Amino acid sequence: MAILVFVESAEGKIKKSSLEAVGFAAAMEGDVTAIALGSEVDESELSSLGNYGASKVLHQSDERLNKGVIQAYSSVIAAAMESENADILVLANSALGNPVSARVAIKTDASLVSNVTELPDTSGEFTVKRSIYTGKAFATVSLTKTRKILAIKKNAIELKETGGSASVESFDSPLNDADFAASITSTDKTTGEILLPEAEIVVSGGRGLKGPENWGMIEDLAKELGAATGCSKPVSDMGWRPHHEHVGQTGVKVSPQLYVAIGISGAIQHLAGVNSSKNILVINKDPEAPFFKAADYGIVGDAFEVVPKLTEAIKAAK
Amino acid sequence: MKILVCITHVPDTTSRIAFTENNTKFDSNGIQYIIGPYDDYALARAVELKEETGGSITVLNVGTQETEPTIRKALAIGADEAIRVNAEPVDSFFVAKQIAAVAGEGQYDMILMGRESIDFNGGMVHGMVGELLGIPSLSPVMTLELDGNQATMTREIEGGKETLQLNTPFVAGCQEPIAEWKIPNMRGIMSARTKPLNVIEPAEDGTATKLEKFELPPAKGDVKMIDADNVGELVQLLKNEAKVL
Ligand SMILES: Cc1cc2nc3c(=O)[nH]c(=O)nc-3n(C[C@H](O)[C@H](O)[C@H](O)COP(=O)(O)OP(=O)(O)OC[C@H]3O[C@@H](n4cnc5c(N)ncnc54)[C@H](O)[C@@H]3O)c2cc1C
Ligand SMILES: Nc1ncnc2c1ncn2[C@@H]1O[C@H](COP(=O)(O)O)[C@@H](O)[C@H]1O
Repeated sequence: MAILVFVESAEGKIKKSSLEAVGFAAAMEGDVTAIALGSEVDESELSSLGNYGASKVLHQSDERLNKGVIQAYSSVIAAAMESENADILVLANSALGNPVSARVAIKTDASLVSNVTELPDTSGEFTVKRSIYTGKAFATVSLTKTRKILAIKKNAIELKETGGSASVESFDSPLNDADFAASITSTDKTTGEILLPEAEIVVSGGRGLKGPENWGMIEDLAKELGAATGCSKPVSDMGWRPHHEHVGQTGVKVSPQLYVAIGISGAIQHLAGVNSSKNILVINKDPEAPFFKAADYGIVGDAFEVVPKLTEAIKAAK
Repeated sequence: MKILVCITHVPDTTSRIAFTENNTKFDSNGIQYIIGPYDDYALARAVELKEETGGSITVLNVGTQETEPTIRKALAIGADEAIRVNAEPVDSFFVAKQIAAVAGEGQYDMILMGRESIDFNGGMVHGMVGELLGIPSLSPVMTLELDGNQATMTREIEGGKETLQLNTPFVAGCQEPIAEWKIPNMRGIMSARTKPLNVIEPAEDGTATKLEKFELPPAKGDVKMIDADNVGELVQLLKNEAKVL
């Protein structure tokens, strides 16, 4: 069974969520070919995908693909499915992967399921489990078309290193003007930071922090933990933090190993974005804050006292 | 400017989710339904664009009769007319085909949707419709400005945003801060009663997935409370029990 995996990179590195997608495909016991787009990722980085189970990597090293152009990406990926005879495409759920895979599904007449949380069951019909109602429930669905596309949620699988290395081949699917009908005129992106959807640990602050000037202690704790920073919706609505840090029902959905919520009450819409975290730590001065019901660990206390102490204690424990 | 806004009819964000009939049906007992929050942003921006440039707004829902109060609410917020495709929205593939069929008839300058529905969270329908119609599809879109038939948008990317330019027609999956949610006023509610709500039968059949069963996540274990004066204990737990340090 030939499986194609679309891998994304950021700053020349394959994203962790894409490594998980490769590992997921390998665990399906398929013959795994990855496809990478753009000229910013080099051959040695691509061949390292072998370490996660890819045997081959197709690389369309076209500068026009250095940015995530939705239509162009979907054209190349559909062409790669065709040329590899791959009936299955696996990718990571992401702000780029999902809109791209939707177009690929139409181009290739495939069944598409996003937010996949477990390996498929292929013993009878091909079924997968996915999260629905923003993490409040799961559905098992069968994919009825011959071709199938799975967009997987972070932490759907544990990464295993195999020690292998993959061969890298250049791929050159023709692109036309229509593929670039939406032209990206500028990009405004933080660099060198851990991306929120990719992070293993997330430290988030809410309205309890009183103002943007108090984010220093959040950043210090995040730095000590190697974490990304997040926030609640009112915090980004008030402009204390950038919008792409807003976690929840209407924001980013995260599934880290540890989510730390500081001065966040735990409204159901916020919980919807964090309920697939492995562990949740809540720091809130109100013992009745609803977030404690969803937490694994909790401290009742004033964030302005507890957070600096916690940062020090983590530093000391290293 | 002719704008098509596609809306979902979904449980309010505070709803407790439960299932019936041996975990094969959503339990709508006691559930309040709303316009999908992202679709509501799309609608709000459509109303603003209409105020700026004139034109008309059509709202579209693929759903059974029970979605009509939600559709009326969209009319009260400022849409001029509504279309309901009379069918159970079985999966995103089916829904996208219905929307593309309506859009293909209507010569819309833009099709605005939410970035995702909050029941199935597919984040797929806009891309599928864009591909079916052979026009660009962008999502998640944070701002949308128009100058004649040229649109400028910002799209959220991981760790930031990008600015794009393109011509109409296109499909956009919207999210905040594209516009502020609008609350219908009395005049809107009154006029919504007489605005046209056309019910049409599904154009084409065909699904790509089949639901087998639902399930709820396992109950969460009890929270371990640690004294605020004892953060050292917390660090040990994070290290040795949770194994995250
Ligand atoms: C349709 C819809 C969608 C929404 N989507 C989202 C979403 O995606 N994400 C989201 O976050 N919200 C969302 N919301 C808003 C949500 O309902 C809450 O209003 C919001 O999450 C509250 O943010 P908060 O916890 O930061 O603020 P608050 O509710 O004001 O809570 C502040 C908390 O800080 C604590 N606190 C105060 N001072 C201190 C201190 N010194 N030390 C420690 N703790 C302190 C307080 O006890 C309190 O619990 C949505 C709402 C709606 C209606
Ligand atoms: N049944 C439906 N009727 C009308 N529009 C829909 C329907 N389902 C989804 N949409 C639109 O497609 C967007 C993305 O939905 P989804 O792909 O299900 O996450 C939604 O925000 C709506 O704008």
